[in-house]
Amino acid sequence: MTPSEAVERLKVSFGDAIGAPVEFRGEVTVTVAREKILDVCRFLKRECTFAMLTDLAGVDNYGDDPRFEVDYLLYSLAQRCHLRLKVHVSEEDMLVDSVTGVWRTADWHEREAYDMLGIRFRGHPNLKRILMWEGYPHFPLRKDFPLAGLPAELPETAVDAGQVETAPMLGGPFVVGTGTRNAIRREPRQYDTIAEQQEKLKSPSKKEPV
Amino acid sequence: MATQHEMELIDSATRAQQAMEEELAGERMIINMGPQHPSTHGVLRLVVELDGEEIVNVWPDIGYLHRGDEKLAENMTYTQFIPYTDRLDYLAPLANNVAYAYAVEELCGIDVPPRCKYIRVICAELARISSHLLGVGAMSLDIGAMTVFLWTFREREKIYDLCECICGARFTTSYTRIGGLANDMPADFLPMLLKFLKDFPTTLDETDKLLTRNKIFIGRNRDIGVLAKEDAIDFGATGPNLRGSGVEWDIRKAHPYGSYEEFDFDVPVGTVGDCFDRYLVRMEEMRQSVRILQQAADSMPDGPWNSPDAKILLPEKKATLTKMEELIHHFINVTEGINAPPGEVYFSAENPKGELGFYIVSRGGGAPHRLKIRAPSFVNLQLVPLISKGHMMSDMVAILGSLDFVMGECDR
Repeated sequence: MTPSEAVERLKVSFGDAIGAPVEFRGEVTVTVAREKILDVCRFLKRECTFAMLTDLAGVDNYGDDPRFEVDYLLYSLAQRCHLRLKVHVSEEDMLVDSVTGVWRTADWHEREAYDMLGIRFRGHPNLKRILMWEGYPHFPLRKDFPLAGLPAELPETAVDAGQVETAPMLGGPFVVGTGTRNAIRREPRQYDTIAEQQEKLKSPSKKEPV
Repeated sequence: MATQHEMELIDSATRAQQAMEEELAGERMIINMGPQHPSTHGVLRLVVELDGEEIVNVWPDIGYLHRGDEKLAENMTYTQFIPYTDRLDYLAPLANNVAYAYAVEELCGIDVPPRCKYIRVICAELARISSHLLGVGAMSLDIGAMTVFLWTFREREKIYDLCECICGARFTTSYTRIGGLANDMPADFLPMLLKFLKDFPTTLDETDKLLTRNKIFIGRNRDIGVLAKEDAIDFGATGPNLRGSGVEWDIRKAHPYGSYEEFDFDVPVGTVGDCFDRYLVRMEEMRQSVRILQQAADSMPDGPWNSPDAKILLPEKKATLTKMEELIHHFINVTEGINAPPGEVYFSAENPKGELGFYIVSRGGGAPHRLKIRAPSFVNLQLVPLISKGHMMSDMVAILGSLDFVMGECDR
């Protein structure tokens, strides 16, 4: 069964819950209504040989409505093909049905999506932080989380009295965007030391070297 | 009356004994393994619940090496992210470079010339040998066979010399570019590679003799950490861990990329899915990699090694310094990056540890909107609680060694 045939079968069984498939570079993506994702996954595993969940990724489309999406990448060992399912999640109600009951591998993937973006999964057996520590207050992969990080408590450690500081950015990130800072002012090596840079950040009124 | 009193005494003593036995039987010990334990190969922490010496449950605790690679990727151009891929599976940086380059090339719809593909095959297979040598060496070191580790490291040293020859760095290679390579293979690389290919099988056979029929090694690995086929698929295991359980699935065969369809090699599979099968699969994969390397070295195509599209790769330095158009391309490529089309692409490569996938969501422009790294070690580590229950604590090191994970990739 090719991915397109699987989508056809989904349309027959689930009707309006299945969006129009999008194909890009030979990969088929289909949007699924949030309430139906668990049923759709069960159906695809049982009826359409998609025995493997290769990957599950949360995406923050900051500025869009709904803001978040969860992408499931399914794989069929028998047919040797992928199928991507996409679920949109709004910021007000960030709850998606967990697919851990369909594929046990989803456990850590869903925990990661929760940890990084704050998307919660209903029915997950152990939905807690996985890469960040328990009690960390932020969701670092959200677009409104700054690259330098935010200060946070780091309990149960002796390092720096249990406090995480923001990273010294030294003028970064060095990807070009449109803005007021020109290439010379973006360059970190104009500052002799990190200390000098941090000193400068503390007193922004000081005239910058040109 | 006296008899009754006597019986009561016996009764309470028995009860006391029963209570003590129950208390002892119910005693579970929770111990902490890692994050600095030598056999956790990095910074993995395992919270192990033990009944005596038997493992009742395990909770892996990961994230000690989390550096936010996916966040970083969103804040830099596609080319700038290449050095970060070295630090995913840092035991096979060349293979990561190759997988990432193909992923971005698929997004941009670029095809690279045959010579580039062949050099990338050489890179990926050298990385596979290097990673498996460490996997086998460290696994046997953990269960007490010191010599193997020293022997495999001697061979890895030669592979590092080859890495240094081809790209100038031994460890953090950053060799590929989007649409090609950093530089062509130097002239003395192929003779060096051929010499390695001539010597290496002998050492591999010697290692084989040390381990494969070694009674202690078999005793420590046979029927330990058995992973059933269905469980392996359900848990999304890939690479040698999946093939050790008897599933014949290798991305190089299932979805050939980068001219792998032109090479003649076999995919070894296990039968039981225990630690010993996973070890055997790795040993055989090294032999198959030697076959692939030999074929690549023998039929290395001539011609360009870079995509001719100047909008993707940096133009030659000499041209940049003398010609206007090249200077413009250089400037745009460095500052803004490749102008990738909007779309979503998932590309996965058969890395030494399993399926390394890059899921790129592009909204156009030089930096990804979202880059998700599907790390094989992250997925494979989830198997630890499943396959270690009921075994002895000392088997834990064999199980961890046979899963062959690397935390740089798991935590990203």
